[in-house]
Amino acid sequence: MTTTSAPPPQPEPKRRVGDRVFAGSAKGAGILILVVLAGVAVFLVTEAWPAFTASPADLAGGEGVLSYVAPLVFGTLLAAVIALLIATPLAVAIALFITYYVPRRLAAGLGYVVDLLAAIPSIVYGFWGIAALAPALVPFYGWAERNLGFIPFFAGPASATGRTMLTAGLVLAVMILPIISAISREVFSQAPLLHREAALALGATRWEMITMAVLPYGKSGIIGGAMLGLGRALGETLAIALVLSISGGISFNLISNTNPGTIAANIALQFPESTGLDVNTLIASGLVLFVITLAVNMLARWVVNRRADFSGAN
Amino acid sequence: MKLSTTTRTVAVSAALAGTLALTACGASNESSGTAASGGGSSASSAPQLSGTLVGAGSSAQQAAMQGWTAGYTTVQPGVTVNYDPVGSGGGRSQFLAGGTDFAGSDAALGDEELTQAQDRCGRGGVFELPDYISPIALVYNLPGVDDLNLAPATIAGIFTGAITSWNDPAITADNPDANLPSTPITAVHRSDKSGTTENFTDYLAAVAPDVWIGGAVQEWPVPSGEAGAQTSGLVAAVQSGEGAIGYADESQAGDLSVANVKVGSDYVAPSAEAAAAVVENSPKVSGRGEYDLAIELQRDTTGSGEYPIVLVSYHIGCIRYDNQDTAELAKSFFGYVVSEDGQQAAADAAGSAPISDTLREQAQGAVDAITAGS
Repeated sequence: MTTTSAPPPQPEPKRRVGDRVFAGSAKGAGILILVVLAGVAVFLVTEAWPAFTASPADLAGGEGVLSYVAPLVFGTLLAAVIALLIATPLAVAIALFITYYVPRRLAAGLGYVVDLLAAIPSIVYGFWGIAALAPALVPFYGWAERNLGFIPFFAGPASATGRTMLTAGLVLAVMILPIISAISREVFSQAPLLHREAALALGATRWEMITMAVLPYGKSGIIGGAMLGLGRALGETLAIALVLSISGGISFNLISNTNPGTIAANIALQFPESTGLDVNTLIASGLVLFVITLAVNMLARWVVNRRADFSGAN
Repeated sequence: MKLSTTTRTVAVSAALAGTLALTACGASNESSGTAASGGGSSASSAPQLSGTLVGAGSSAQQAAMQGWTAGYTTVQPGVTVNYDPVGSGGGRSQFLAGGTDFAGSDAALGDEELTQAQDRCGRGGVFELPDYISPIALVYNLPGVDDLNLAPATIAGIFTGAITSWNDPAITADNPDANLPSTPITAVHRSDKSGTTENFTDYLAAVAPDVWIGGAVQEWPVPSGEAGAQTSGLVAAVQSGEGAIGYADESQAGDLSVANVKVGSDYVAPSAEAAAAVVENSPKVSGRGEYDLAIELQRDTTGSGEYPIVLVSYHIGCIRYDNQDTAELAKSFFGYVVSEDGQQAAADAAGSAPISDTLREQAQGAVDAITAGS
């Protein structure tokens, strides 16, 4: 008989089988990600090592790994930055339009259509780029060379096929559009209702309400989305390999047919016929891309976290 | 920011998956083992063999190899021929390491590789058969100009970027009758590593050494001009750009116009006969084994009716195999490959040029010599 005064002892929490299995598998999945990531890093370093230690004359280009990778890094960053400059404002505008301008019933459908862009395989974007976009841009490139030729970006000679760095950047921009707009949309729709109503109550127009209440609130979300888009643009392979006319070298000229390649496209193009040290060199360039992508993602994380308390999305 | 976190995880794992696929790809190249089994000991006049013959190498041969294996299956349904198009260099090194029974290669064995081949094949040495001959055409897109003649130095000038418009004096000199426009020239090359590029640059280096300084290389050496990925990408680039010119397997030219190349004092269009002729008339590499038909292609030939821009791909194997079954399979398969039927099958499948009868006799001699034993 137990005493009635003492409170009944808290029943020992019962660990059910389901709980244990779930906890274990969740922990396992988390560890697995780290193990795979570490495995990839180890693989890249060990396979790339011979290219770093070999005599420069034995490598493709004959001047060592760094001078082989440098134009590729440049091309990768250039294409990605062009894509980002075009896609970010567009994606933010789309997100604002869908969250604040379109009637609610249409908004869901529109958002779905934009998200659908992300489901198209990159090779289809590549074909679209060479078959439709590039030929359509040829007249524009001719015009740009004649009228904007004083700007180094448009120095020409204009490409006759349209397969230029700018075309590649445009294709990438379309590809990263859904990522940025989806995240921006999510953040914009969470802008506090009270702020928005307060702005409107003070006599702000809808545009003023957006600039005062929505955009400052969503800034970190936009940056985070843009960085994720940048990550995808950096690693995009097939579309670039198909669309871009890759001739090597470093050039800021966006409308000629002589363009630097990108790391990922270069690996895809050269790997099938490469053996020995050439493969190590390609993997070394992959290691560089890995480091760049990791840095971009960490930067995005840092930017988002820095404003985490402000965003309220957590 | 839950959404961003999940999306990033997806992005990262996608990147990882890609890298893993790359590793897997690398590993699969090394896993082709020899597996020949079951000898043909039936009493019929054409013994039915069974087993597997393993080869690897040139991707240029891949389409032709599909034609050969398909055709060979009708002759010897019990035999499987596995061919891994890993690239010429990979094919040679796998064969020399003993991983495969034969190699397909766009280049003959080098001197160092010949020494390794002594270890691989023993005293019998190797056979090298130039079984796959494919003319490389200069395709161009210039409306109104259906017939174009080009001298070697002009071709080199176009592809180095020195000649920039179609009515350049160097081009009009070879085409007095053509009405050449002032359209700028877009020279299109391959953006990937390719045996086609290697043969084309080898031609340029041989016939126009003053103009072409890039040497004979797989990866385009001059940082100028338009580039297309693989043959299809190059052809598409030529098709879409007015004033474009590029180089591609003659069978892939499609509707594009094809230039005639100056050989001696004539202008020769690429054709199966002209390509086979230059291979037949080129001398063998001296100091090699009896059945080593490696040739020194005369890119600078002046013989009439010879087209010097050709891709020649070899089959490399041992004269003596350790294994009786492998020897029989190799003998039977390469007997088919060099036969008229086999060459026709490759021509149908890949648009290659059938080898000449003279070459066939020499190649058949090498095939007949394949034996087993050490």
